[in-house]
Amino acid sequence: MITKKVNNVQDAIKGIETGMTIMFGGFGLCGIPENTIAALVNTSISDLTCISNNAGVDDFGLGLLLQKKQIKKMISSYVGENAEFERQMLSGELEVELTPQGTLAERCRAAQAGIPAFFTPAGYGTEVAEGKEVREFNGKMHIMEQAFKADFSIVKAWKGDEAGNLIFKGTARNFNACMAGAGKITIAEVEELVPVGTLDPNQIHIPGIMVQRIFQGEKFEKRIEQRTVRKRA
Amino acid sequence: MLTKEDIAKRIAKEVKDRYFVNLGIGIPTLVANYVREDIAVEFQSENGVLGMGPFPFEGEEDADIINAGKQTITTLPGASFFDSAFSFGMIRSQKVDLTILGAMEVSENGDIANWKIPGKMVKGMGGAMDLVASAENIIVAMMHVNKAGESKILKKCTLPLTGVGCVKKIVTELAVLEVTEKGFKLLERAPGVSVEHIIASTEAELIIEGEIPEMDI
Repeated sequence: MITKKVNNVQDAIKGIETGMTIMFGGFGLCGIPENTIAALVNTSISDLTCISNNAGVDDFGLGLLLQKKQIKKMISSYVGENAEFERQMLSGELEVELTPQGTLAERCRAAQAGIPAFFTPAGYGTEVAEGKEVREFNGKMHIMEQAFKADFSIVKAWKGDEAGNLIFKGTARNFNACMAGAGKITIAEVEELVPVGTLDPNQIHIPGIMVQRIFQGEKFEKRIEQRTVRKRA
Repeated sequence: MLTKEDIAKRIAKEVKDRYFVNLGIGIPTLVANYVREDIAVEFQSENGVLGMGPFPFEGEEDADIINAGKQTITTLPGASFFDSAFSFGMIRSQKVDLTILGAMEVSENGDIANWKIPGKMVKGMGGAMDLVASAENIIVAMMHVNKAGESKILKKCTLPLTGVGCVKKIVTELAVLEVTEKGFKLLERAPGVSVEHIIASTEAELIIEGEIPEMDI
């Protein structure tokens, strides 16, 4: 067994430097690597290009890095929940590339799968297609999109082991499973780091070869963005 | 004139037995409340769940189980979770039978705009561009006119597009419209709303054939 375990989040983020491109897993606040984000907020690292479906909210998730002006550019599909984000974007302080969500996911998956580019119908005929190669397949128009190139992927899983095997829970799988192994180095923070041999190999979502560093997060707040409930009858 | 709930009720009639359905944020989310109980339907949410159920009971919310609107949800027996790339894979490969989403503008050739107002609002397209580019069957739930009383059903969209030539049907507070090769065809009118009212509220030309029935809500 090749161990991927690092002792803590400080060891996990070694080598992340100003100006790098980093993928962050999560959808909204669901399944975000909150311990690693918190650790990055406490560094002087800046000018980051962040690939993440969303940009957190003002006081949680990537919103914390935005507040400290550590992000130069965001590549996202939906950024509607963050007032500071909007302010920085409209004032020109923050560069923003908006990309369709399925394209964002596939650009991660392509990087993970060693595929440099692919064609998708999403965004054909819109400003997303500007400057991109267009081709017709089976009577339908498609645009070419390229795999992301990232220095680090930072993902969050429910359970993991020292070998780097990951299991996700519920919809927290989202972009985490697509980003694992998509960057040059993948950091996985898990809620529970279990001894090797306790996870059933049949149930592993991401095999350990995709993960270079794994640690158990100290604390998970797991904030809920929209708490919707129904009354008991 | 229909309420938002009425619009959802009318759209629910388009949901057929054995359909996999993706619901957008806003009025489309309400459609799930009005689907007939004697048919089998599964709801997909693009953040990675199939077999979505109602909101959880108070105290049973799980931060790890949400829909694409970031709302806490539950799952029904037979449900499954998957990652975002897989989720859009099933959307692009047309496993999802029906997509219901909101819009700011729709044009008579079926173009839709719903993600950006230049200089005012940029929230992003989320999964809407993938959904409208892939789905065969797209129904739009929207208000016929904006707050200033201007038509959102247009000859040509003025806002940045989300997709081209993709919308099949529109349900508004005033009418049900079908997008045909010759433009919008008026299918039904809201109870108590006249055809003249609908014409006056629509910038695009309407194809009107015979008596236009009232919607059955």
